[in-house]
Amino acid sequence: MSKEKITICEDLVDIMPPEYQELVATATYGKEGRGWKDIGSSKELIEQHSLCAGCPESIAFRYILASLPNPEDTVFVGSTGCTSLVFPHVAVQNIHSLFGNQNAIASGLKRALKCRFPDVEKDVVVLAGDGATVDIGLDMTMQSWFRQEKFTTICFDNELYANTGGQESGLMQKGFVAKMAPVGKKFDKVRLPEIAREAGCHYVAMLTVSKPNRVEKAIRNAVYVARELGPTYIQLYTPCILEIGKQSMEGLDEMKDAESIGGRFVMKEYITDEAKKLLDDIEAEEKAKKKAAKAKEPVSA
Amino acid sequence: MNKQVESPKDRVIRSQHVKLGTKNKKGQTYTDINKMFYETEMTPSFLTGSEVIRAAIKIASVGTSVAYPITPQSEAAALIGELFSEGYLDEYFRGESEFAVMGQCAGAAFGGHRVFTTTAGPGTLRAMENFPMWAGSRLPIQVCVTMRGINSPLTIQPDTLEAHYLLETGMLMWHAETAQDLFDFILKGFIVAEQPDVHLPIATMCDGFFVTHTKDTVLLPPDDICLTPYDPYRAPVPCMDMECPPVRMMRDPFVMKSNYISYATHASWQQEVRAAVERSRKHTIPLLDGLIDTENTDREILIVSSGTAVSQGREAIRLLEGEGIKVGLVKIKTIRPFPHEEIKEATKNAKHIFVPEFNMAGWLAREIKAVVPDNQRVVAGPQVGGGMTMPSEVIVEEIKKHLGMKVASISNRGS
Repeated sequence: MSKEKITICEDLVDIMPPEYQELVATATYGKEGRGWKDIGSSKELIEQHSLCAGCPESIAFRYILASLPNPEDTVFVGSTGCTSLVFPHVAVQNIHSLFGNQNAIASGLKRALKCRFPDVEKDVVVLAGDGATVDIGLDMTMQSWFRQEKFTTICFDNELYANTGGQESGLMQKGFVAKMAPVGKKFDKVRLPEIAREAGCHYVAMLTVSKPNRVEKAIRNAVYVARELGPTYIQLYTPCILEIGKQSMEGLDEMKDAESIGGRFVMKEYITDEAKKLLDDIEAEEKAKKKAAKAKEPVSA
Repeated sequence: MNKQVESPKDRVIRSQHVKLGTKNKKGQTYTDINKMFYETEMTPSFLTGSEVIRAAIKIASVGTSVAYPITPQSEAAALIGELFSEGYLDEYFRGESEFAVMGQCAGAAFGGHRVFTTTAGPGTLRAMENFPMWAGSRLPIQVCVTMRGINSPLTIQPDTLEAHYLLETGMLMWHAETAQDLFDFILKGFIVAEQPDVHLPIATMCDGFFVTHTKDTVLLPPDDICLTPYDPYRAPVPCMDMECPPVRMMRDPFVMKSNYISYATHASWQQEVRAAVERSRKHTIPLLDGLIDTENTDREILIVSSGTAVSQGREAIRLLEGEGIKVGLVKIKTIRPFPHEEIKEATKNAKHIFVPEFNMAGWLAREIKAVVPDNQRVVAGPQVGGGMTMPSEVIVEEIKKHLGMKVASISNRGS
């Protein structure tokens, strides 16, 4: 990990915009133990965004970026929606092509990168809303899992089509009254985590973004498992405060309510035995590394 | 724009990142496109169009190909799979629909691979949303479109209507008349599409069955040579491999609403894609020996067409010659860029311009009418669709009828 790819040659530094210079100065690329605590002090962890004030998706975006194990070699694939308004502010390469085809794009991308860089781990991460993942793109989402494509799919579940103004989506709760569901949604929230498990995902997690530690762990797990074993899926509750009638400061409370006992977003994980072993091994390795580093520290007087 | 371009000595500048003369993992020698076509001994082979596609891809240094079955391209797509199993491609798999396949192709192209796929008829329409995205994202993917009917009731017969839908996607479109054209277009198409000042997707089109399923003699270079591979770092847009600074790398104009810049970006990007199509002329003209072929254009009657309708036109000309009616021919090879000036020049002496087409919409006749002066000279026909063949006699009949001559009409037989 290093800043090599973003560093400008000395002669040209002064003509670069100050934002870029600051990006190079504060980027966490190469920093040992980077994580969500770097948010706020690092340019590349989305210093500014163009979402609504207080939108939980903006903080989810930051947690995800801060949690990537290898941002210098990670490519995002997005889809149309609120997320596409944030991608121009993201300091990793990102592809937006169409609405719903994100897992098809990621399939071709991951395979081509694997062929071109056989000795470098190039992580591909899909980040799309629930309309793109579950409705219009469900075919391609699931087919990529069937094919055991080695990338992570993250769904920002806000339980509706936010960017187009709050229409019913497949992940919306049954009975919720919304645009295009004038008498309330007629069928249950699609159980995509269970579908993902049955479709071949090796690591599945559903949670809110109220607790950054949990999000960070889930993202890292998903990326590590996708590298070695196959598809992984994370569903994050990022309520659209605008469309469910909440105030800017109420997003966190909404997520906490939703993850409390009996709520729709009580955290759940499905991990295959193979993935569990892999994650245990990685954890043991990290612990051993930390222990060794601690042992090297000079003993204070 | 649209001016005739002189043939440069080096017909096209090749990719430089692989040293010419070195060998790939299959022992094929990387060879300049000019040398491959103009300095190499060609051997005649008797092949179906599908086999010709295989032969071209075998020496095309393709990175990824994604397949999906639909008649009449299924055989070619499967044959490319055989090439993958033999190690000629880095990646190959079956997608789940044409819409997904074109997305998977886009992903591989974003990742820096040379990408080839095939589709046909309803598949082309199902995939349609992807094509302007490819062009806007400047992905030089090649799709071989083996055209067939798209309508209901179900037809799998030849029909070129789908080309009509592709006209404004921003892709290059080359229309092969024969299997030899198809072979040449596939290989030359990669080179033109990947030029940094072009860098657009290309549809190499042929008429399904007539070209894909019939055997023809095709001149092939030896298969121990191959094209230099695609160099993603010559692209006018960054490759999505995180090998360069990752700042504001969205490859489509930003969707910031209520932002003047976004409107300006969209408008200028559309202009740029169209300008890039036009810039392809200077690479295409030397490689294809012009965007059109002409025969006897000093004659008052001309047949102007593309694809296998040109072959039928040639036979009609022979039949008419026997009756003392002299007819010239213009074969259009590239639909995009459209050879406006060339067609204007070639048809300047004609009093009657007939445009036989394998579709009922007559899209080619409309394109021609839009560029030639005194366009009442253009006769949009004969047209056949829905899987009908176009016997040469039908073209003869159309011409004679239009000239006010008595015809022994096929349709009047028995009456």
